[in-house]
Amino acid sequence: MQHESEIREPLILGKKSYHEITEDIVRPIEGKASKYWYMLLTISIIAFLWGIGCLAYTIGTGIGVWGSNNGVDWAWDITNFVWWIGIGHAGTLISAVLLLFRQKWRMAINRAAEAMTIFAVMCAAIFVLLHTGRPWLDYWLFPLPNQFGSLWVNFNSPLMWDVFAVSTYFSVSLVFWYTGLVPDFAMIRDRAVKPMAKKIYGLLSFGWGGSARHWHRFEEVSLVLAGLSTPLVFSVHSIVSTDFATSVVPGWHTTIFPPYFVAGAVFSGFAMVLTLLIIVRKIYNLENYITIKHIEYMNIVIIVTGSIVGVAYLTELFISWYSGVEYEQYAFLNRATGPYWWAYAAMMTCNVVSPQLFWFKKLRTNLTFTFVMSIIVNIGMWFERFVIIVPTLCRTFLPSTWNMYSPSFVDIGIYTGTIGMFFTFFLLFTRYFPVIAQAELKSIVKSSGQEHKEKHAAHGHAAHH
Amino acid sequence: MSKAVIHAIFDDEEPLMATAKSMHSKGIHIKDVFTPFPVHGLDAAIGVPRTRIAITAFIYGLTGASLATLMMWYMMISDWPTDVGGKPSFAYYMNVPAFIPITFESTVLCAAHGMVITYYLRCWMLPGVKAKNPDPRTTDDKFLMVIETKEENKANIESMLKSGGATEIHHK
Repeated sequence: MQHESEIREPLILGKKSYHEITEDIVRPIEGKASKYWYMLLTISIIAFLWGIGCLAYTIGTGIGVWGSNNGVDWAWDITNFVWWIGIGHAGTLISAVLLLFRQKWRMAINRAAEAMTIFAVMCAAIFVLLHTGRPWLDYWLFPLPNQFGSLWVNFNSPLMWDVFAVSTYFSVSLVFWYTGLVPDFAMIRDRAVKPMAKKIYGLLSFGWGGSARHWHRFEEVSLVLAGLSTPLVFSVHSIVSTDFATSVVPGWHTTIFPPYFVAGAVFSGFAMVLTLLIIVRKIYNLENYITIKHIEYMNIVIIVTGSIVGVAYLTELFISWYSGVEYEQYAFLNRATGPYWWAYAAMMTCNVVSPQLFWFKKLRTNLTFTFVMSIIVNIGMWFERFVIIVPTLCRTFLPSTWNMYSPSFVDIGIYTGTIGMFFTFFLLFTRYFPVIAQAELKSIVKSSGQEHKEKHAAHGHAAHH
Repeated sequence: MSKAVIHAIFDDEEPLMATAKSMHSKGIHIKDVFTPFPVHGLDAAIGVPRTRIAITAFIYGLTGASLATLMMWYMMISDWPTDVGGKPSFAYYMNVPAFIPITFESTVLCAAHGMVITYYLRCWMLPGVKAKNPDPRTTDDKFLMVIETKEENKANIESMLKSGGATEIHHK
């Protein structure tokens, strides 16, 4: 049996038995949905439908309905793409990296975080597929034999690397998530009374029985997938950053982008996980599993990654001055004082100043503060991507090409639509899928459950006296 | 010789582990154990051999790397090399840095999906397959040990199970 130090706070509160864990996790699925769930779902679906309408308008009429123009040819589309992909990275980090580091606190949050990843990557994919202009030709992105002499894609291009990276990331995350879900679906199947539920969860659970051999392979598969997903998550966002870094435009052409983007992705992703889970733990009464300690751990990750992002900003500023390159210097002067100075100010306040507040234990264990901060961080990270893209593009090398940019209602509509899509899928997930990896969680009851920690503490004291 | 199948149910993994260890040390073959979560040390206790699925993942990864290399060599060097920003297209080794991201992604893609498909097939887990656990409570909080033995050893084994802490014993 794994021994854990008594001074570590328990990860499962409330002296839960295995059966109680089963009941707590399955209750939102077996019970009736609350009216708040229906309300939120309705709002999300309306936003989603509005987004679909704007998508159809874009495909039918053309990219001209967006605010993008000759100079600023990437704007809200790519900002949103990078924002969503960045958010997705926290899920994989929680499932994969925390597994490799044997951090047991991941078990209460990895299922929901991975679901968030999958839905976030789906939202990101919409922008990629749509921004090509002629989305019906998107299959040209793949190296398929064709009648143009077999004209192949350009494998030297980061945009091509993106195709492979994002596809791999999405499919591997999906498979990792699903493989972990199978034992939990089996739990629901074995309890199901209604014939429809029994049938569906029976199909979804692939006949899982919990045999020792199968658990053994399950653990090995989880470990290998974690080992594969970790470099995957770092590589995917590094590749996304090279979309900018391999260009020649000042403000983009910098080697700091890969680590800066990856840290920023983890930063915004954890913020989104916090936003979602603070609500989920309250509504579904999971406070004994997603404890204040879990929230605190996630906030600590936010300080770390937020500080890395802050250091990256300062490095960029310093190097732009120190290099003596007038174009680089102007690029940053323009960000801070040019037409989009307000976006830069928002970015700096939200991303550099706010996470530093989590150094105070009182603040990082405070739920309301964490919730508000998580939303501020995500707004700040959106502005970061916007500040990288638009101010640079609106002030490139040749002043006669300088252009301003403002989003059209379609840009805003599609973004709103993806937020609606994300929440629609996430709400459906919380209703029909087990939100916490209950099988995994049961395996740490003896080592990290409150009852057992208190018992060990009592024994420890007794032994010493 | 007639065979008997015994199902023993435990309420907790500690008596299960202790009983499994003692029975295994006495040479009794435990056919399988169904648990709600992976129990550490159970594989060694009942003699489950180490899985080779990680090795299959490695092989699939090599396959992925080779496929990507072959694809990019063929398309960018052999079939239709083009001058893209002056990047060398005369030999594969000259342009390797640009090819690394896709080679890596292809390695991970093939390794992950190959391994998972192998895993599902090896465990025979497919949509619509019948549930493998004999008792539905094993996905909740019960632990089930399946022992196949000769008819005459049945009583002996059952007493061992009872003294080990089994709460229910069934014959199948």
